[in-house]
Amino acid sequence: MKLIYFAWLRERIGVPEEEVDLPAEVRTVEDLMQWLSERSEAHAHAFENRKIIRAAIDRRHVKPAAPVAGAGEIAFFPPMTGG
Amino acid sequence: MSVRLQREDFDVSAEVAALTAGRTDIGAVVNFIGICRAGPEDDRISAMTLDHYPEMAQAELERIEAEASERWPLQGVTVIHRHGRLVPGDNIVLVVTASMHRQAAFEAASFLMDYLKTRAPFWKKEERASGTGWVAAKDEDDAAAARWTTKKP
Repeated sequence: MKLIYFAWLRERIGVPEEEVDLPAEVRTVEDLMQWLSERSEAHAHAFENRKIIRAAIDRRHVKPAAPVAGAGEIAFFPPMTGG
Repeated sequence: MSVRLQREDFDVSAEVAALTAGRTDIGAVVNFIGICRAGPEDDRISAMTLDHYPEMAQAELERIEAEASERWPLQGVTVIHRHGRLVPGDNIVLVVTASMHRQAAFEAASFLMDYLKTRAPFWKKEERASGTGWVAAKDEDDAAAARWTTKKP
């Protein structure tokens, strides 16, 4: 599965994207954030305040409870500040 | 209806002309232009860089535009959002709405900007004398977007 990071999440993690193989117990976006935060210190720093982090599955906004099964591309980013 | 993401500046007159050319059914055109501000005098912004998620930004803006077209009778909509490095005074975003009457054009432009601010995947990083940092999202932007879920035309 492809993960993509933007803004300060990308800076904290240090890479714009990565490929991961998820264990079966990672079912939701919330589970995925927890699992990622255990991958490295950089990931832990990026995901330390999970309440404010937004996610998109295949380019659509999703809630933390959204299932990750079948997702092609999951993006994580801070609240948007465009316009 | 068109959505464009681009590094280069846009020409407001040309965009309005493109929407209205050869048509006699449009009675109102509203433009919104978002511009890069320098900010407070004691800590001015020297530049800002707009990060974005290109494929999703395009798709999300098209979804927002489709929702505006469902809510209001619009003859045309153009949304252009710039990305990359901008300096104070530079244009950031353009929304043009065309309708038979002004109310629909005004409201649709306002709706498009409120939704764009809270849903389109763009992030601003500001460069100041005091340092460089990502802009935090504002609660009032969420409140501005939320008013459209209760108030419909």
